[in-house]
Amino acid sequence: MSVQEIYDARHGEKGAYIAGATGDWELIIGMEVHAQISSKAKLFSGSPADYGGEPNEHVSLVDAAMPGMLPVINEFCVAQAVRTGLGLKAQINLRSVFDRKNYFYPDLPQGYQISQFTFPIVGRGEVRVDLPNGDVRIVRIERLHLEQDAGKSLHDQHPSMSYVDLNRSGVALMEIVSQPDIRTAEEATLYLEKLRTILRYLGTCDGNMQEGSMRADINVSVRKPGGPLGTRCEIKNVNSMRFIRQAIEYEARRQIEIIEEGGAVRQETRLYDQVKGETRSMRSKEESHDYRYFPDPDLLPLELTQNWVDEIASSLPELPDAKKTRFMSEYGLSAYDAGILVAERETAQFFEQVAKGRDAKIAANWVITNLYGALNEAGLSIENSPVTAASLGRLLDLLADQTLSSRLAKDVFEIMFATGGDPEAIVAERGLKQVTDTGAIDAAIDAVMAANPDKAAEVKAGKDKLLGWFVGQVMKSTGGKANPQMLNDALRQKFGL
Amino acid sequence: MSVDTDTVRRIAKLARLAISGEALEPMAKELNVILQWAEQLNEVDTSAVDPMTSAVQTKLKLRQDVVSDGHIQEAVLQNAPLAEHGFFVVPKIVE
Repeated sequence: MSVQEIYDARHGEKGAYIAGATGDWELIIGMEVHAQISSKAKLFSGSPADYGGEPNEHVSLVDAAMPGMLPVINEFCVAQAVRTGLGLKAQINLRSVFDRKNYFYPDLPQGYQISQFTFPIVGRGEVRVDLPNGDVRIVRIERLHLEQDAGKSLHDQHPSMSYVDLNRSGVALMEIVSQPDIRTAEEATLYLEKLRTILRYLGTCDGNMQEGSMRADINVSVRKPGGPLGTRCEIKNVNSMRFIRQAIEYEARRQIEIIEEGGAVRQETRLYDQVKGETRSMRSKEESHDYRYFPDPDLLPLELTQNWVDEIASSLPELPDAKKTRFMSEYGLSAYDAGILVAERETAQFFEQVAKGRDAKIAANWVITNLYGALNEAGLSIENSPVTAASLGRLLDLLADQTLSSRLAKDVFEIMFATGGDPEAIVAERGLKQVTDTGAIDAAIDAVMAANPDKAAEVKAGKDKLLGWFVGQVMKSTGGKANPQMLNDALRQKFGL
Repeated sequence: MSVDTDTVRRIAKLARLAISGEALEPMAKELNVILQWAEQLNEVDTSAVDPMTSAVQTKLKLRQDVVSDGHIQEAVLQNAPLAEHGFFVVPKIVE
């Protein structure tokens, strides 16, 4: 990419700058995300691709790179890459080529990684990132290519030796490369979250960062706002949102300090140390940077037909951006609420079931505030919510027909969440039905007034601050079941206010 | 195109080949002969010819996403100089 292209991408966003001793600095960030394809078997062999397993059990002679073994590509993995490309609104290349990326490491038995260098399967696309201030940031995607994962080395099992497990060796990865359109550490995490949401909607990657299904390499450089680009450093394999933020912030400060002290940033690969909270140089990578790519003679070019790509395109689900827009127009939700609801496909589906035939704003509010709150507290995901969409919907019906006040509805919801019970049954069993009988409310007010003649007189004399006290007393005497609006109206009437 | 002894030393290191100092010069000469030979091919104008990716007219074979292999830990580890608890064991490599 030409430097000019980055210059004009955007600058002058003051809030995003980092203050240094010599003035403001602008961060320039690009990301390479490795996303593991959700498939049963590996990219070039029939071994299982699932996470875990006993060491070296998910390994065939192909994955162990025994002499004479040949790779045969998994069609489903190719389809998943195309599907992801379509979800990123990217160009699909009907012809792509596999190359060998040569380097030596004990967890890479072939001595090279099969990857795509010159002709990737997916070209340019984009990801829309919604910023908290309501702005939209378009992060351009440079390319997506297919490649093999490496094995795993364990260094803490033996005092002088390393253990190697090849279970991950050969698992299919998509490397998704962004252009340097990201300007802050926060944007970097928002971009990754959005990418994760898209992949999960598409079902092409489970997005599980803890199990390493998504890993990010981050390219960071700093420059004077709008000025010439600085030298970048690549931070390898950062595997949580928190560490991404920390690694970028640390790296930016480190580079600014070097430059402001008159030094020069060296282009290098760095590792984020989660314990110390700092990045440090990976010297071993220095020499091996010459990967001597060449087309893999074991594999012919990958040729797709437009029909096949079109078939995949026709099976794409509604993607998060489209869903968010629809939630705003169809249900009248705010951008913020719609954004929260579409972050996971399951949540969006849950909300739509609750909202069907009901007040959508109330439904959104209950799902976001009450249900999310309770799920978070219990450490549950929406798939195993004790309250189903259907029962939450019936609770909202009881609220709508005034059987329950919103306070009572919250109580019933808590019981539903704890017991998985049905709202109508809970209301009947526990006698939680709201009192909307004006006679009963009047009687309760009269009783409180009769018991507190002094206070009643004070209110009548104009001290209407005491009205709240009466509301509380009547609520207490009715077990919280008096309809609050009716109670208020009745009280005001009694006192002639 | 030709290579000098420094390039030969670097390529040898990248390929993990041990080449002694006195072998570098003859190796560079040999490689240059091969490179010159290959360069003769540049005399043919191939601008209108697609790159040949295979000697036979065939397409890339694709495989279904079915688990049909693995679970042969013993066979996989059989040739390893050292193995323990199902792992390959190699000299310590730490960043």
